[in-house]
Amino acid sequence: MQDLPWLLPAPQDYSAQCRAVLESAGDIGQDLQRLAGFRLSSPQALSYARLLRKLTVGGRDLSPLAPLKLAIVSNATMEFVADHLPAAAARHGVALEIVQAEFGLVMQEAIDPASRVNASGADAVLLAVDHRWLGLTDLGGDDAAQAGGAVAKLLEAARLFRDHGGAVPILPLLATPAESLFGSFDRRVAGSLASKISRVNQAILDFAEGEGGYLFDVDAIARSVGAAQWFDPVAWNGQKQPFHPAFNALYADRLGALLGAVRGKARKCLVLDLDNTLWGGAIGDDGLAGIVLGQGSAAGESFLNVQLTAKALKARGVILAVSSKNDDEVARSAFREHSEMILKESDIAVFQANWIDKASNLEGIAAALSLGLDALVLLDDNPAERAHVRSALPMVAVPELPNDPAWFPQVLLAAGYFETVSFGEDDVIRAASYAENAQRAEVLAKSRDLGDYLTALEMTLSCGPFDAANRARVTQLINKSNQFNLLTRKLTEADVQGLEADPAVVTLQARLGDRYGDMGLISVVTCRVDGREATVTDWLMSCRVLGRKVEEAIYDVLVSTLSGRGVETLHATYAPTKKNGMVAEHFDRLGLRRVAETVGGVRRYEASIADYVPPELPMKIELFQDVRTRG
Amino acid sequence: MDHGEILSKINELMRDVFDEDDLVATDAMTAEDVADWDSTNHVRLMVAIEEVFKIRFATDEITAPENVGELVDLVASKMKA
Repeated sequence: MQDLPWLLPAPQDYSAQCRAVLESAGDIGQDLQRLAGFRLSSPQALSYARLLRKLTVGGRDLSPLAPLKLAIVSNATMEFVADHLPAAAARHGVALEIVQAEFGLVMQEAIDPASRVNASGADAVLLAVDHRWLGLTDLGGDDAAQAGGAVAKLLEAARLFRDHGGAVPILPLLATPAESLFGSFDRRVAGSLASKISRVNQAILDFAEGEGGYLFDVDAIARSVGAAQWFDPVAWNGQKQPFHPAFNALYADRLGALLGAVRGKARKCLVLDLDNTLWGGAIGDDGLAGIVLGQGSAAGESFLNVQLTAKALKARGVILAVSSKNDDEVARSAFREHSEMILKESDIAVFQANWIDKASNLEGIAAALSLGLDALVLLDDNPAERAHVRSALPMVAVPELPNDPAWFPQVLLAAGYFETVSFGEDDVIRAASYAENAQRAEVLAKSRDLGDYLTALEMTLSCGPFDAANRARVTQLINKSNQFNLLTRKLTEADVQGLEADPAVVTLQARLGDRYGDMGLISVVTCRVDGREATVTDWLMSCRVLGRKVEEAIYDVLVSTLSGRGVETLHATYAPTKKNGMVAEHFDRLGLRRVAETVGGVRRYEASIADYVPPELPMKIELFQDVRTRG
Repeated sequence: MDHGEILSKINELMRDVFDEDDLVATDAMTAEDVADWDSTNHVRLMVAIEEVFKIRFATDEITAPENVGELVDLVASKMKA
């Protein structure tokens, strides 16, 4: 986790982007938060730190980042860690100013009321000391006495900083070195370093409970990467670096999360995608029996753990919401009827399952909960959806996720979105009160300028007539697609073969690939040609590719094909069923003219081929077999 | 990676660490030649090199190279190892 996998890597021109912010006259707070959202190398973190220092000194308004002045005292060299702190703090909503005491000066800074730290007006002081400063050794002696004396010194410093300068102390929970003298027997021997550190940590915990201050659990960070990795003799002996510099970014991010919590910037709501996030597969396609969830398989267990993690967060006061591209009833059926579901509808405060884009749904969720977008985290397995939301709503936290859902819980928790500095009954009660009845927020699809989002997907649509190689898959898609299906004809493989061979029928199958992979066959269209007239006989599409202008692209290929065959007028029909309400306006959106509507809701359309104006399309179109040369 | 490629990558890191956009590193260059190349920034440079080249310097290696050329050679030898 030291590589912060939930963050995207920084762009190549990162330092240049930092410098550009200096020239910018406008709203730089958002830019700063965006630039802090990347995984940064040390030189990149340093560029950011320099940028922030210049902006702070220049007195610029950095809202919505909340300012915090942090003093750091240490027995170790903290400069290189401090390089990473401004970006880490901004990532968690804080504009950080650092007051770095001179190397080794801890008690001196605390005792002198006019010391650099005490005179700085710092909001908080990080006492970044370790067992070495406390003089704890493995040389035996009375555990209690050694630990007691050492921690008394530390706590005295904390009180002095608080009393002299008003800075709230941030106390570490100390990491324990991995070396042991007796191996497994160490735990039974009095006077071991580990047992002394353990006593010190307990005293620090008691201080925080009794007198206040914040805890920074360096012990947990070290354990997460392994104490043997954490303490590095080359780094300590050489430059008195407290731990291996490879962990500077991780330490900084953890501290940033703490400072964000101090400023009330921790996130409050976890929005969950459903398909392939809370269960394997797609409930719309696979049904209750087909989704993967439960003890029967490794994948099934992964998804159980994702649900357990969400439930645990809810018990800690985090609000849960759902945003999924699915039919509402179909999505809820999993919560109501699947025996392995850990999450119930009653756990979800706002339940958005519809065909509207996710960004609009997230805005609806935030509004329904009276929260800012900066309170939301989106957990979604689909990289295209993640990119869409990041592009449309940069204030929403969207962690990058690995392909294997086994890791989703760990990566989500490691990102530290829900760090807190206080917790009580009220938090649980408040969160529970939101999740009354899985309310549905009314959402309107907003027309957004997503800029380059669709182009950045690097999509390729491959189209061609039906062929023998794909006949089975075409037949399957025809029979499986009930929602995005205009005429809902059910055909057998023999029927499909008949269409292939029929010279009077234009057949079209389309596959879509993008930078994240190949989605396979996603749309089927057939059209019967009769002289200068043509009639659409099938039009269906996988719901996975909504919102990408695939319909427009396919229409473009169809019109081009028909034009090549001398067709002048195209006819089309929408035949309503219980399931295909989402495509009632499909032909209207493509620009066909609605010429009739029956009482039953059947809609007839016409379009003149000559009047067609090709739109701008964000994808590359490949004709894998020239559709026009058939027949 | 050959000598030139390593030098080029280190050049980029030096520009960021020493905050000098137009710095051009040469084999003969030493800390004296760069205004901001003090001991703290030297450690920053070495930490960045460890990160980018995925190597670790031994205790005596951090301050051993006398010039950029020797630093490049050191990095090259550690990459082969």
